Amino acid sequence: MIEAISIYKQFEGKTVLEDINATFNNGATNLIIGQSGAGKTVFLKCIVGLLAPDKGKIIYDGRCITTMKEKEKITIRREIGMLFQSAALFDSMSVLENVMFPLDMFSSMTYKERLARARACLDRVNLIEAQDKLPEEISGGMQKRVAIARAIALEPKYLFCDEPNSGLDPQTSLVIDELIHDITKEYGITTIVNTHDMNSVMNIGDHILFLSGGKLAWEGDKTQILNTENEQLNEFLFSSEILRQVKEQAFKHK
Amino acid sequence: MILIEAIKTFGSYLLLMKRVLTKPERWLMFFRRTLHEIYQLGVNSIPIVLIISLFIGAALCIQMKTNVESPWMPKFVTGYATREVLLLEFSSTIMCLILAGKVGSNITSEIGAMRVTQQIDALDMMGVNSANFLILPKVTGLVLTIPILVIFSIASGIGGAFLIGKLTGIMTSEELTLGLQHEFTVWFVWYSIIKSFFFAFIITSVASFYGYTVKGGSIEVGKASTNAVVSCSALILFSDIVLTNIMMQ
Ligand SMILES: Nc1ncnc2c1ncn2[C@@H]1O[C@H](COP(=O)(O)OP(=O)(O)OP(=O)(O)O)[C@@H](O)[C@H]1O
Ligand SMILES: [Mg+2]
Repeated sequence: MIEAISIYKQFEGKTVLEDINATFNNGATNLIIGQSGAGKTVFLKCIVGLLAPDKGKIIYDGRCITTMKEKEKITIRREIGMLFQSAALFDSMSVLENVMFPLDMFSSMTYKERLARARACLDRVNLIEAQDKLPEEISGGMQKRVAIARAIALEPKYLFCDEPNSGLDPQTSLVIDELIHDITKEYGITTIVNTHDMNSVMNIGDHILFLSGGKLAWEGDKTQILNTENEQLNEFLFSSEILRQVKEQAFKHK
Repeated sequence: MILIEAIKTFGSYLLLMKRVLTKPERWLMFFRRTLHEIYQLGVNSIPIVLIISLFIGAALCIQMKTNVESPWMPKFVTGYATREVLLLEFSSTIMCLILAGKVGSNITSEIGAMRVTQQIDALDMMGVNSANFLILPKVTGLVLTIPILVIFSIASGIGGAFLIGKLTGIMTSEELTLGLQHEFTVWFVWYSIIKSFFFAFIITSVASFYGYTVKGGSIEVGKASTNAVVSCSALILFSDIVLTNIMMQ
């Protein structure tokens, strides 16, 4: 479980995050949605400790990361898997080497065990046949899947994804979404996903936070989101015609 | 204003070096990467070092023979002057300037590309000291191989002098050998090698700094590598004067 308590962040006098309180539970996919510039990435960076909030606390299962020394932060980071917007695979290493990398650095397993673990992770994302390829030789969607395999190699307790679907077609997005969702459930991970993909919201949104102008404007799950009264959220959600129709139909059935 | 900027930049360079010069997390990984850098930065530079030194050696020999040697000067002056120029300046300073262009821009663009594609963030997020992991093997790799490059450069330069003497017939090998052996000081070879250690450190660390601190996209990476080469060259020339002052007095 991760708790964010009253997070504030400013950049050069401009307030980007204002008094954000949230709790993220184990085994749930927590989505952070909001317009471009709403502060999603900044919030995620505050949570993982890549940015320090001006005020407030981030607590990982009772451990407060904001007041921690760099050394202690590293122990928590080893329990974190992170998926970057650009996959961020190491381009000088093969797919298998990428997945093995965290194991090489941090595990005390033998080479054989590491190899087996890396293969198992690649198998989990259905990419075992691409293990000897270089990242540049596989498609964007495959790269994302390799990044997921790398992120779960050390069996993380926490998984963070910044726009995992950007630049992917809807079908591939679905594959990635479900992979993240399934892995979260399988291992009981605390997962936080930044997204503005409404398909993801409807598919895997166990717990949804809506950021607007740096404030937490709405919180709920995917069944509640369609019937919300929140004007800003409605404006954000139903800018897409299809969802508007879905909502209207839902009302008709009632 | 510019001065304050420069001091700030130097400060962040020092902070980066503090993170670079720590104990590697995994020695085996460090050795593997260092070996790779020795190959990438050192071994791959051998051809260019050999070729350039060969030509400069040859050109120096012709210059000394036709423009410096005269009837009232001793016979050995051509070989002697060629050797001293190679030993004292060319094979360390000029050779490292050339390497700053080749190796420096290579390092900056490699690390800069890793920065803009978030690979460095990924390392940091895993709890790896990315500065140490990426930069220390490069520094170690080039510092370890630079003496070999210096020796190769000296040898190739002298080879060039002999070759041009033979090809054009401006002087005999015996005449050249006489000059080359005249008042040979072993210290000059050491001097050259010691200087090159500093230069190798400058090239790798400064170029890495520029790459590591890239902000923005691929255009910035290009700019950063140009800036890195300029800064490396300026720093090499400046430290050449300082080092020469210290070691030759
Ligand atoms: N390092 C920084 N320095 C100054 N301002 C920043 C910095 N990082 C983010 N900002 C500002 O913070 C605001 C929120 O940015 P953020 O990247 O969190 O948006 P986002 O919700 O992730 O948007 P997107 O969906 O486009 O990724 C923006 O106005 C941005 O200009
Ligand atoms: Mg963002």
